[in-house]
Amino acid sequence: MAHAKLSPRQYLILGLVAICAPLGDTCLSKGMTAIPAIDLAHPGTLVAAVFTPWIAFGIALLIGFFASYLTALSWADLTFVLPATAFGNVIVALLAHFWLHETISWQRWLGVVLITVGVGFVAQGPSLTERPEPKPEPAPEAEEVHSL
Amino acid sequence: MTLPSPVLVGPWSAVAMIAAVVLCSTAGEVLTAAAMKSIGDLDLIRARSGLKGAIRAVISCPLFFAGVSFLALAFFSLLFALNHLNLSLVAPASASLTLVTNAIAGKIFLKENVDRRRWGSAVLVGIGVYLLAH
Repeated sequence: MAHAKLSPRQYLILGLVAICAPLGDTCLSKGMTAIPAIDLAHPGTLVAAVFTPWIAFGIALLIGFFASYLTALSWADLTFVLPATAFGNVIVALLAHFWLHETISWQRWLGVVLITVGVGFVAQGPSLTERPEPKPEPAPEAEEVHSL
Repeated sequence: MTLPSPVLVGPWSAVAMIAAVVLCSTAGEVLTAAAMKSIGDLDLIRARSGLKGAIRAVISCPLFFAGVSFLALAFFSLLFALNHLNLSLVAPASASLTLVTNAIAGKIFLKENVDRRRWGSAVLVGIGVYLLAH
C-alpha cells in the first residue's frame, strides 16, 4: 500500500527538509563572512572556523537536513520530495523581506508565487508511486506418494 | 577591497560546466533515492531497531555511498563553475534545471509515476527557483 496520505510526523519531516537547508546555508554564510579571509596557506584557520558558533550551528542544521531528507526519501518519491521541499526558498525570501527588511523585486515575488503554486500542485497528489503487490509464490505441489 | 570577478568563458564552456553540475547532482539524487527505497521506511526501522539500527541500515548500503559520491562530485563541479562563471548564472540555472532532470531521471530510472501534476509542479518550481535565485 502506498502512503497516499502523509501523517503529521511525515509532514514535519518534509518541513524540516525545507527549513534546515536554507537556514543552514544562511548560518554558514553569516559565519564565513564574520571571520577574516581564510588563506589556503593556513588551512588550520578553516578547521578553527568550524567551531565558531554560526558555522557550528549551520553544520548542525545541514546534518539535520540530510537526516530528514534521507528519511523522506525512504517513504516518498524523489519527484515528490524535491518540489515539495522547495518551499524553504519561499520562507527564506519572506524572512528576508519581513525580518531583515530586504527589498524583494517583482521577479522574486513572481518566483515565490510560482513555487507556492508548484508545491500546492504536488502536495495534492500521492507521495509514493503505487506498485503492484508481488504475486505470492505458488505453493509447492504435494509430493506424490508412490506406493510400491 | 573588491573581490576578483570570475574568469569569463565562452558560452559552450559555460553550458558544459552547468551541465556537469546538473548531471552529477541528478545522478547523486537518484542513487540516494534508490538506496533509501531499497532500505525501506526509516521510521519503521528506527522504531524496530533504534537509531543505531537505522544508521547501520543506511551505511551498509553501497548505493548510498555511490549517491553521496556523486553529490560530492556535484559540489566540486559547482565550485569549479563558480570559479569561472558568475554566481547569478550558475546558482539559478543549476538549481532549476536539476528539478526538471530529476523528474526525467525519476521516471526513467526509479520508475516513479511522474504524471502531469508532477511535471507541472517540477516546471513551475524550477522557474520559481530561477526567478528567486536570479
